[in-house]
Amino acid sequence: MKNISKWISSGAPWVWLTASAVAASILLVVGLLVLIAARGMDHFWPLDVQEIVYQTQNGEMLMLAGQVRETETVTARRLRESGLVISDDSEFVERLLVKTGNRDITGQDFRWILEPSIQSIRKPHSMVVFERAEWGVFIGSLTGVREAGQLLDSADTWGSFQSSLERANKIRETISELEKSRIGAVNYRLERLRLKQRGLELKGKDDANSLAGIETERDDLQEEYLELEQELALLYTGLRRDAVVVTTAEGKQLELPMDSILDAHRPNQMTLIGKTAYFFRNLWKFVSEDPREANTEGGIFPAIFGTVLMVLLMSLFVTPLGVVAAVYLKEYARQGIFTRTIRIAVNNLAGVPSIVYGVFGLGFFVYTLGGSLDKLFFPEALPAPTFGTGGLFWASLTLALLTLPVVIVSTEEGLSRIPRSIREGSLALGATRWETLWRIVLPMASPGIMTGMILAVARAAGEVAPLMLVGVVKLAPALPLDGNAPFLHLDRKFMHLGFHIYDVGFQSPNVEAARPLVYATALLLVVVIVLLNLVAIQVRNRLSERYRGLES
Amino acid sequence: MKSSPNTGPATIEQRSERFHQWRNHKDKLAQWVIGLGGFVVIGAVLLIMFYLLYVVIPLFMPAEVSQNKLGEQQEWKGQATAFLSLEEQQQIALRVNQQGQAEFVSVDDLQIVESFKLTDTTKTVVATASAQGSSGLVAVAFDDGKVSLFKHSYKTDFSAGVELRRIIPALEFPYGKDLRALLPGGGISRLALSDSDSELVIAVSGNDGQVSVEWTIKEENFLTGEVSLQSTIKTMQVDFEVAGITLSEDHRWLYLGDDSGAVHFIKISGMEILHAVKVSDARISSMSMLLGGISVLVGDSVGNITQLFPVRDKNNEYSLTIIRRFEAGQSAIIRIIPEQRRKGFLTVDSSGSLAIFHSTAQRLVLKQQLDGGVPSGLALAPRASGLLLVSKDGSADFMTIDNKHPEVSFASLWSKVWYENYTQPEYIWQSSASSNDFEPKFSLTPLAFGTLKSALYAMLFALPLALMGAAYTAYFMSPSLRKMVKPTIEIMAALPTVILGFLAGLWFAPYLEENLAGIFTLLLVMPAGLLLFAWFWSNAEWRIKKFVPEGWEALLLIPVLIILGVASIEIANPLQNLFFGGDLRIWLSREAGISYDQRNALVVGCAMGFAVIPTIFSIAEDAVYGVPKSLSDGSLALGATSWQTLVRVILPTASPGMFSAVMIGLGRAVGETMIVLMATGNTPIMDWNLFEGMRTLAANIAVEMPESAMNSSHYRILFLAALVLFLFTFIVNTGAELVRQRLREKYSSL
Repeated sequence: MKNISKWISSGAPWVWLTASAVAASILLVVGLLVLIAARGMDHFWPLDVQEIVYQTQNGEMLMLAGQVRETETVTARRLRESGLVISDDSEFVERLLVKTGNRDITGQDFRWILEPSIQSIRKPHSMVVFERAEWGVFIGSLTGVREAGQLLDSADTWGSFQSSLERANKIRETISELEKSRIGAVNYRLERLRLKQRGLELKGKDDANSLAGIETERDDLQEEYLELEQELALLYTGLRRDAVVVTTAEGKQLELPMDSILDAHRPNQMTLIGKTAYFFRNLWKFVSEDPREANTEGGIFPAIFGTVLMVLLMSLFVTPLGVVAAVYLKEYARQGIFTRTIRIAVNNLAGVPSIVYGVFGLGFFVYTLGGSLDKLFFPEALPAPTFGTGGLFWASLTLALLTLPVVIVSTEEGLSRIPRSIREGSLALGATRWETLWRIVLPMASPGIMTGMILAVARAAGEVAPLMLVGVVKLAPALPLDGNAPFLHLDRKFMHLGFHIYDVGFQSPNVEAARPLVYATALLLVVVIVLLNLVAIQVRNRLSERYRGLES
Repeated sequence: MKSSPNTGPATIEQRSERFHQWRNHKDKLAQWVIGLGGFVVIGAVLLIMFYLLYVVIPLFMPAEVSQNKLGEQQEWKGQATAFLSLEEQQQIALRVNQQGQAEFVSVDDLQIVESFKLTDTTKTVVATASAQGSSGLVAVAFDDGKVSLFKHSYKTDFSAGVELRRIIPALEFPYGKDLRALLPGGGISRLALSDSDSELVIAVSGNDGQVSVEWTIKEENFLTGEVSLQSTIKTMQVDFEVAGITLSEDHRWLYLGDDSGAVHFIKISGMEILHAVKVSDARISSMSMLLGGISVLVGDSVGNITQLFPVRDKNNEYSLTIIRRFEAGQSAIIRIIPEQRRKGFLTVDSSGSLAIFHSTAQRLVLKQQLDGGVPSGLALAPRASGLLLVSKDGSADFMTIDNKHPEVSFASLWSKVWYENYTQPEYIWQSSASSNDFEPKFSLTPLAFGTLKSALYAMLFALPLALMGAAYTAYFMSPSLRKMVKPTIEIMAALPTVILGFLAGLWFAPYLEENLAGIFTLLLVMPAGLLLFAWFWSNAEWRIKKFVPEGWEALLLIPVLIILGVASIEIANPLQNLFFGGDLRIWLSREAGISYDQRNALVVGCAMGFAVIPTIFSIAEDAVYGVPKSLSDGSLALGATSWQTLVRVILPTASPGMFSAVMIGLGRAVGETMIVLMATGNTPIMDWNLFEGMRTLAANIAVEMPESAMNSSHYRILFLAALVLFLFTFIVNTGAELVRQRLREKYSSL
């Protein structure tokens, strides 16, 4: 048994404390990732539907069906203080958060049930969870299917429902294609015609001849539009042909038109394999669908698309600039006060708060540059701004400025790993500096450049504060890349994953429903960023290994 | 090196001279272009700073005025102007002369467009008053004690096109063309008027000390739209000469200025003088209400202007209090003209000098001598961008005023300001409200305080973990484990702050609210339990110890920490019941008087600390790792323990690096936006309370910038906040970088 004071004076306890600091940090990081993963994955797993019979405060027995989302332990005192009557003496009471859906009927999406008040719980096989276009989820049992008003008389109600659903989904796809691509194109061209006419008016060239051409085009487009509209009307009536008869757990029977039902599954009947398959299907739908109901339901595809596009554009701006600046610092500039100043400037750029970039982007890029661009090139659209408001282009530019230091530092690091002997050898063989740079040094430094690009992309995917000011919106009506010329619309506003998290988490009308979605989006964002960073770290490690031998 | 296809089959000597020249040109061109790239980086930093300055500087620029002669109107020669007013587009003016004739004049050519007679008999105008705001109601008092009420309004006629719009003036008598007898005996000296949707109040003071207030209640019939009027007259007698009379816009108070420099505070409902406030030793020469009708401005005969308004005390009683004073010069103030849309005002004194002030900012914006002496009639345009001057000899001048940001001054941004309707001077940030006569409160102090508060609490959480962790990782940890720990910390750095913020706001804040006691027991149980474990481990059998090699203790501690954490949360509830009667939160608010918000500084401190830890960790770790091993070896050879070496040799050597790490971490904490936006209540309060929220400069910018009008004062002040943040991080980062560069030089010499 060692002497305690000797042990303390050896400094060992302090060493353990410092070790615990590292352990705590690691624990925090891993804990955070696990938390996001668990709660995020939760969103996609199909939970069983339970039928709960419980006793309300005034003694009556009610039944409800729903998915148990959370259980919480609260002090009995707190419940009593809020007015509830707790019969037994226990100090802590468990309560369950049940998602009952059926918001259009009951007015509530979620309900808290006290565990002691539950009389019975069972999992009826027939419970179906319907995913709807409006009003969220519907939980009930399938009673029948109506086709054009006639109730189908078949033994396999589920089978006929599935075929009706398939038909409806096919029609929905056709409708979506019609609306987005073809009618969208017609509208787009009509708008271009309006701007063209206004442009001619402003230049004073709006004589009868030029206007006549525009008029005929406009008439053609109107005709096309009417045709498409008729087609669309037919499709919609076709979609509304069927309806589903359902019964809620309370026994109420109602009819849901087929155009409001997007999907359905019977969780109580699914096997583990079935549930896993459904889990992956939900994951896929999440990343490929558009959001619904103020971003609290549906997928996040436009946010993913917007983020990816913006990040691509940003790397297009930042990589040449960053590489050129790093090359100048490393290869061309004389090492002295001037380069020290530039390095200080780079570090300052790295340390400036991102909101300052947003402010600068808004004031300089959007209002000043954008306003001038509008006056010079888009006067016919005024007073509605084209580039004088936030958009894809300005957001990419702002983030390029923000991530510039990352690229510069990475590229410089990559360049410094190349031993001088290689450069000297090339120059000795008669190559010019430029040729040495272009054909020898830069290819060897490309892993460093790539690391810089990857880190910049990871940073840009996560920054939200500057984007709030320069062009990200809650819901973008159209993607910045579509089939209408000029195909890439740099002036359009877009959606962003990081901002989506902020918006859904804090500016949602239905917080309980939105919360799992926030975790899921956060999980996606974290996975992407962690992967990018791991790739960057690997590339950097590989690079340092490769040149360790060459170092003189 | 693989051969490039461009060189072709020929050797370098066989290529033409032109080809080699082309190679040289390419080289020179590349040199220029790449050189440009380096400049772009500096250019970017400078551009940001200069653009921010460019937007901020107009806030502090003085106003500019220029006076231009308009011409002469013969009909006005030798006549004094009783009342002058200018409309919105500054094209038509209304002038009432001494005989009670009202005429609309076009400003460009001074031609009389229309004229009306206010009275049929020959009378002289003794006093005029106009209602506040843009209602256009004017009261004209005649020498026989009768008052005429009329309203002037203007319509724009676009029938000839936008460029050739015309302003069409109109004069109406909404309360009847008959003159009202307010002082039947005649002898009106001063007049005040206030009109609201439900009441019309006219106050007159007579030459013999009589003060009478006519109170008309307007009732609108919802069905027919007819308005019925019910008037009552209240009178009182005062024993001083009334030098000025004004009404508050809520029709509760009447202010009378006397000739000995005191202002009397009168409650209209009882017509009783509550008390008098001595404003100056000289005679009061002019009085006016400020926009909003709450503050009264009193000018005396030695060039001072005092602002007063009623302040409510603890017993809900109002007393008229002097708020601030202004100095326009040495001469008597003849006119005080309030701006129609801002809390600023203009004064003209007897020496003919014009002064422009802003009340809230306590600022003299401009002082200028008027050409042509004291004018007979003065009218300020509603947008406060023009002033029409009419002199007794019939000539008229127009003064353009460029005064865009009078409400901003160093005092209004950084010191305590006594805003209207507040009981004392305070630091308030409240940039906008729904009404037009709102007093904008632009104090940056609560925001700066909030920034400091959040940064400090974040550093409190982050510094121990980061610095101690960095020291351990660089010095004690085995290299193989270090290779795994460093990437983990880098991943921590890469986590977007949006995610940290949403977890803090949506998960941690409610969790903390439920388990507040648990967090505190964590602070107690963790270190104690850790040390206990360390003691038992050091005494354990070598057979157990060999599983964890030296340098891998950190990994061993992870499960220990988990167990300790769970244990501390479990015993929190019993402890809470024992010491705090069941609920720590309620105990805090009841016994200790500390209020608790769900999203508070503790949440922000933890979340932002988490965000800042990796920054400080990596730089500090690099610094400690970079200390040459020879120093550490020498110390150990001389008999010191590892810990003593670390604390007395390594850390002092690496201290510049650690200092720079802390500085950069502080810079990061100050500029953090998303975490603060999501995890605090965004309330701009000044309180060090750990359990209340705050609003930081960065979060304020993010919230308010999208909604501010371009180039308004609010917009520029937000840019000022961004500039403050930029300068702060600039200084901190430059300092840290210089320290680091010096450190690198020092190490290379060791």
